[in-house]
Amino acid sequence: MALATATAPVIAGRQAGRRRPAASWALLAVTAAIVIVAIAAPGLIAHVSPTATGDDILAAPSGAHWFGTDQLGRDMFSRTVYGAGPVLIASLLGVALATAAGVAIGLAAGMAPRWLNSVIMRIVDVLLAIPVLMIALILIATAGSGVRSIVIAIGVAFTPGFARVVEASVRKLRSVEYVQAALVFGSTTARTSLRHLLPNLMTEVIVLGTSAIGWAVLTATTLSFLGLGVQLPQPDWGSDLAAGATYLSTSWWLATFPGLAITLTILVANFIGDSLMTVLDPRAQTEASGR
Amino acid sequence: MAAFIARRLATAVPVMLGITFVAFILIHLIPGSPARIILYGSQATPQQIATLTSRLGLNQPLWEQYARFLGQLLRGNLGTSYLTQTSVAHELLSRTPSTLILTGSAMVVAIVIGVPLGVLAGARPNSLLDRGARGISFLGVAIPYFFLALLLVLLLSVRLRWFPAIDNGTFAALVLPAVSLGWGYAAILTRLVRGRIIEEYRSEYVTSARARGCGEGRILLRHALRNSSVPAITTIGLQFGNILTGAAVTEVIFGRAGLGSYLATSITSKNIPVVQGAIVLIGLAYVLINLAIDLIVGIVDPRARVA
Repeated sequence: MALATATAPVIAGRQAGRRRPAASWALLAVTAAIVIVAIAAPGLIAHVSPTATGDDILAAPSGAHWFGTDQLGRDMFSRTVYGAGPVLIASLLGVALATAAGVAIGLAAGMAPRWLNSVIMRIVDVLLAIPVLMIALILIATAGSGVRSIVIAIGVAFTPGFARVVEASVRKLRSVEYVQAALVFGSTTARTSLRHLLPNLMTEVIVLGTSAIGWAVLTATTLSFLGLGVQLPQPDWGSDLAAGATYLSTSWWLATFPGLAITLTILVANFIGDSLMTVLDPRAQTEASGR
Repeated sequence: MAAFIARRLATAVPVMLGITFVAFILIHLIPGSPARIILYGSQATPQQIATLTSRLGLNQPLWEQYARFLGQLLRGNLGTSYLTQTSVAHELLSRTPSTLILTGSAMVVAIVIGVPLGVLAGARPNSLLDRGARGISFLGVAIPYFFLALLLVLLLSVRLRWFPAIDNGTFAALVLPAVSLGWGYAAILTRLVRGRIIEEYRSEYVTSARARGCGEGRILLRHALRNSSVPAITTIGLQFGNILTGAAVTEVIFGRAGLGSYLATSITSKNIPVVQGAIVLIGLAYVLINLAIDLIVGIVDPRARVA
């Protein structure tokens, strides 16, 4: 499912191809720093506890409370900063999980005998026919709510899409001379996969994974928006956005800042995805044919 | 063409079977026995739970249970809801039209905004219009539909009072949900179509059309756009499942009575037959839409019939 979104930037990226690598790496470094601080030490940015209530309830944004306060007087700036953790952990770990599983399945299917390949790929087709959010919801129904369940949900829901792309590339690579040569010289299937195919797939896998992060952030926040992620009073962009929706007509800032945070995160994730694609794979031959 | 249709149908059958299996196996994946979920809160004795388990047929061999599940499915029987003891098929089908209308409207929004914007941007790369379109679509992909929905409600319902924020059955009430859901997919389509049009303009048949004295408008619409239409159509088909689940979430925001809220409560209350029925229904819709899209692509692009 994520693939259509993942392939759309391919084309946009190709046109914007004159982006300088140095600028892209700098952006990546700055973002990585922000991500690490947001996950490991949000206290460096926000000095108030995100759960501390106060007398100043539903206050509009001001010098004292940059993003205003909610119905319990909690500082929305602090909640927005601390809320980054669960979203980023869920989407980054989820994508990492899906990438690992997708590569493993794709490699195995691509190198497997024909009958086994069609069995695996038909199963992948079945999973691709069930929407990502639906798979995630079902998994959360079985595993319970919380960040760990969202990681698993994203990991499982994104795996079929990755497996599809990797399998297609493996099949293409299999007929290339050096792979054929390795097999002829007695290299085992496993060794060929790990020593010859995997390194050549790395670029594609990194690009694929990065492009999926934006989509994963959307999925993670949708799930917590539905109340299936971090439980209140702990801060979380999705659940804070949902909570703020109740006060929409009177206190616009409650829903707006978590929402803007999600938008900005997806924006940056997509931008990095596009940049990485142009930097790592200048040819970017992936066609957006869809299937 | 007939052989092409037959081949497509043949590949759809195993996928559909697989989806029914996923739906079926769910009953054994969810922790806690179904009998316990049904009898929850009634101080049931182990005896009662055992009786109900055997009445539900849950102690038979797995393949027998699956065969029975399939048999019921083919007769249009999706079982009864654990909570209300009503027919799941009836409950689901009565809520489906509303969700499908929203899904369809969002797709229309996506196509009506995305395709023209992509064509205009692609025809004049790096023009002011192209930059604007690129900016809008970059933002469109990034902004979550549930956040856009709230922003639109804040601006167009609360402040300007143009559209109702809560569903009242009118067409006006459909506008905000459809726009907020369709916007992101419009952005995806804009990027896709723009890229394709630029690509097509570089190809030799466009040069040759120009050499023959073909007008620019004709080149754009009859040649470049037509050749870009296949990836755009397939993308819409692949996104159908996401738009459908997005519609379910959007429904909850706008208080629309559809599959969304019903499914959400069913998942949290472990009302398994409803979830199973929804998986089969959504899976079937996805398979049918993509079958239809394969046929459309087969009509638009005769080469696709061979591969």
